[in-house]
Amino acid sequence: MAIIFNGVSHVYGEGSPFRRVAINNINLHIKKGEFVGIIGHTGSGKSTLIQHFNGLLKATEGEIIILGKNLNDKDVSLKEIRQKVGLVFQYPEHQLFETTIFKDVAFGPENMGLPKEEVNKRVIKALDMVGLGEDMYEKSPFDLSGGQKRRVAIAGVLAMKPEVLILDEPTAGLDPRGRDEILGQIQKLHKSLGITVILVSHSMEDIAKLVDRIIVMYKSRIALDGAPDKVFKNVKELEKMGLAAPQIMYIMKALRKKGIEVPTDVLTVEEGAKKIASLLKSQK
Amino acid sequence: MIRDITIGQYYPAESWIHKLDPRVKIMSTLIFIIALFVANRYIGYAFTIIFLGTVIYLSKVPIKFMLKGLRAILVIILLTVALNIFMTPGENVLWSYKFITITAEGLYIAGLMALRLIFLIIGSSILTLTTSPIQLTDGIEKLLNPFKKIGIPAHEIAMMMTIALRFIPILLEETDKIMKAQMARGADFESGGVIKRAKSLIPLLVPLFISAFRRADELAMAMEARCYRGGENRTRMKQLVIQKQDYIAIGVISLFMIIMILIRFI
Amino acid sequence: MNEIVKSRGLVYEYYTHNDRGEIEASHRALDKVDLDINKGEFVVILGHNGSGKSTFAKHMNAILHPTGGTLLIKGMDTKTEENIWNIRQSAGMVFQNPDNQIIAAIVEEDVAFGPENLGVEASEIRKRVDESVAAVQMTEYMTHSPNLLSGGQKQRIAIAGVLAMKPECIILDEPTAMLDPLGRKEVLDTVYKLNKEESITIIHITHYMEEAIKADRVIVMDHGQIVMDGKPKDVFSQVDKLKELGLDVPPATELAYYMQKEGIDISTEILTIEEMVDKIWQLYSME
Repeated sequence: MAIIFNGVSHVYGEGSPFRRVAINNINLHIKKGEFVGIIGHTGSGKSTLIQHFNGLLKATEGEIIILGKNLNDKDVSLKEIRQKVGLVFQYPEHQLFETTIFKDVAFGPENMGLPKEEVNKRVIKALDMVGLGEDMYEKSPFDLSGGQKRRVAIAGVLAMKPEVLILDEPTAGLDPRGRDEILGQIQKLHKSLGITVILVSHSMEDIAKLVDRIIVMYKSRIALDGAPDKVFKNVKELEKMGLAAPQIMYIMKALRKKGIEVPTDVLTVEEGAKKIASLLKSQK
Repeated sequence: MIRDITIGQYYPAESWIHKLDPRVKIMSTLIFIIALFVANRYIGYAFTIIFLGTVIYLSKVPIKFMLKGLRAILVIILLTVALNIFMTPGENVLWSYKFITITAEGLYIAGLMALRLIFLIIGSSILTLTTSPIQLTDGIEKLLNPFKKIGIPAHEIAMMMTIALRFIPILLEETDKIMKAQMARGADFESGGVIKRAKSLIPLLVPLFISAFRRADELAMAMEARCYRGGENRTRMKQLVIQKQDYIAIGVISLFMIIMILIRFI
Repeated sequence: MNEIVKSRGLVYEYYTHNDRGEIEASHRALDKVDLDINKGEFVVILGHNGSGKSTFAKHMNAILHPTGGTLLIKGMDTKTEENIWNIRQSAGMVFQNPDNQIIAAIVEEDVAFGPENLGVEASEIRKRVDESVAAVQMTEYMTHSPNLLSGGQKQRIAIAGVLAMKPECIILDEPTAMLDPLGRKEVLDTVYKLNKEESITIIHITHYMEEAIKADRVIVMDHGQIVMDGKPKDVFSQVDKLKELGLDVPPATELAYYMQKEGIDISTEILTIEEMVDKIWQLYSME
């Protein structure tokens, strides 16, 4: 198991008039190598939840076990947990600070106290994984485009060789091309490295395309948890939570209502087109 | 959390004090502070307690909000008291051990100083608790206006205060975010010696400055897009008008000052 | 005169300098843009980052000035210094980052900022602030701090701030890029309402195609030029071209496009789910 949560809650401002329960009695198991999507509207507790995965926030109640280490243990090394569980925040390009791209990516592995050769090796590998070549090493990260900056920031986390990678809305603010690039790279990472990936996103389309499991957060709790086709079946419930299913599912459902026998568990437009086309052809 | 800082916080309520003109409140607070330094006897401070108590009652702000401000300066108060107790020379020695002597005069003055500080904090808390930062800014701008001729940029100062009020909470939140992001990359802000700690701030300060400059740049553009061109020919939605209750307040604070002077010199 | 925006051969070039301050390269962000936008239109400008769409927006507000060609806003040349304030009053601008365009720490004070700068009389400002805040349905937040509002609410306040200057046209430069789906919908509903009810010309810049479906007209920019211009249906039906430009198409259109590839005879001039369902039903019952 990569991540285990037993009855975890987090309360902000306990004892003050601003007291707010951000996550409430969360029970969760995430297996090694899983690709999990977390959805939920703003304020549903997603951000608080993911900050517990690497010990940035401490549970005010309950037990968290990350890669076999119980975070409640006194002698647990948070630094080690944070290295093994890489967290890429929203708009991660805002954390860049070094004079060159290479140095910025090296920040993480250097903090781990690795020897210089190892650091260099990791930086080169990490930049390669996000598609940035040697010609970029000595450039200032501030001269890059928005999408490139974000890739540098992601490389900065990858260079720590995390076993779990969490990304909080990695495509926010990017145009469709930048979005497709980043998502493609994340998918590749998951496949080639076999690491656990947790993706927070507002886009149902992106989530449907990528993950094998969806966790839906609503009012500080886990409302739904399961495979994408199962979760997206609950359209009414999702809409009540301010969410939706991928558009293609609405089309398939509407067709079904009209008596056209198409499957409704279709997640991508391409797949839907194939299913409808084959049905129309079979009629001839 | 950083956001819980309460000094200078505004407490919204519908009260007689809240409705006073900010200029009157700022000037009254200044007069009140001067009066505190005029007083040098306990009887003056007894009178101050009555005065403050009435104002607090009228302001409808719960007393615990007033006292919150005191907690922040508790150390300063204790230090002042200690200094005065031990350092004041006097004839009536109450207690003495080696080079430490405590005199009746010392106790007397220490008490006065402590009260003076406490009243000072409560008095200025009343101003900030009952006056929204915006009104405060407007008041300061208007009060400084006459000094424009001698080169004091009243409008610019007020605009700077307005923008600071808007952006300080945003920058604090941003600091929190960047700190967490760097901690996720193994940064350590808490251990090590002075030099190591100062160095560890670079990954926090550089992004923070870059972000602040970017914000400033965008804000300037947004202000220009909304036709901002300095203070000239600018009108204000909320005009400050001195009303009946303001005249009463001016009367009351003047009376207070006169009484404090009388107490001192009679 | 019916055009609110009239652009003729508009060019904007800027230079990057090396460490010694010498010109290293010149970039053409806008390359001979010819465009007329009429009063009352709802125009969406699409394009990927760096396509020139934001640069064009900043020209319409006279924040940037053309290095070639002319741009007239309501007949006023943006190059003429005296026109600047009139242009900014008639063509208000809303920016991308909701935090970096709200100036005051109280909603109503911020909305008043524009008319105060224009020297409007106090009672009239009050009236305009009340009306504008009501128009974006934020009246209950009148005396709140903007810091506690959601992204979508902040953008609505920014729109109210522009409305209070009584503009004829509002230019929105990627106002939804930093918002969640709910916030995006709030902002979009608000601008559509202003267009329909107050007949304010809207120029909405975005890279989200779904925001363009209901527009009167869609303009696609690439490399500083206008490459497509027409009704949403005409533009989005050219799926291959849009994909090449790095843009998305509506899911219904995309579905038709993939069905075509599967050998089904279906037009890509389809924008909404309802249209798509009807079309497939027709095909289905025809067989």
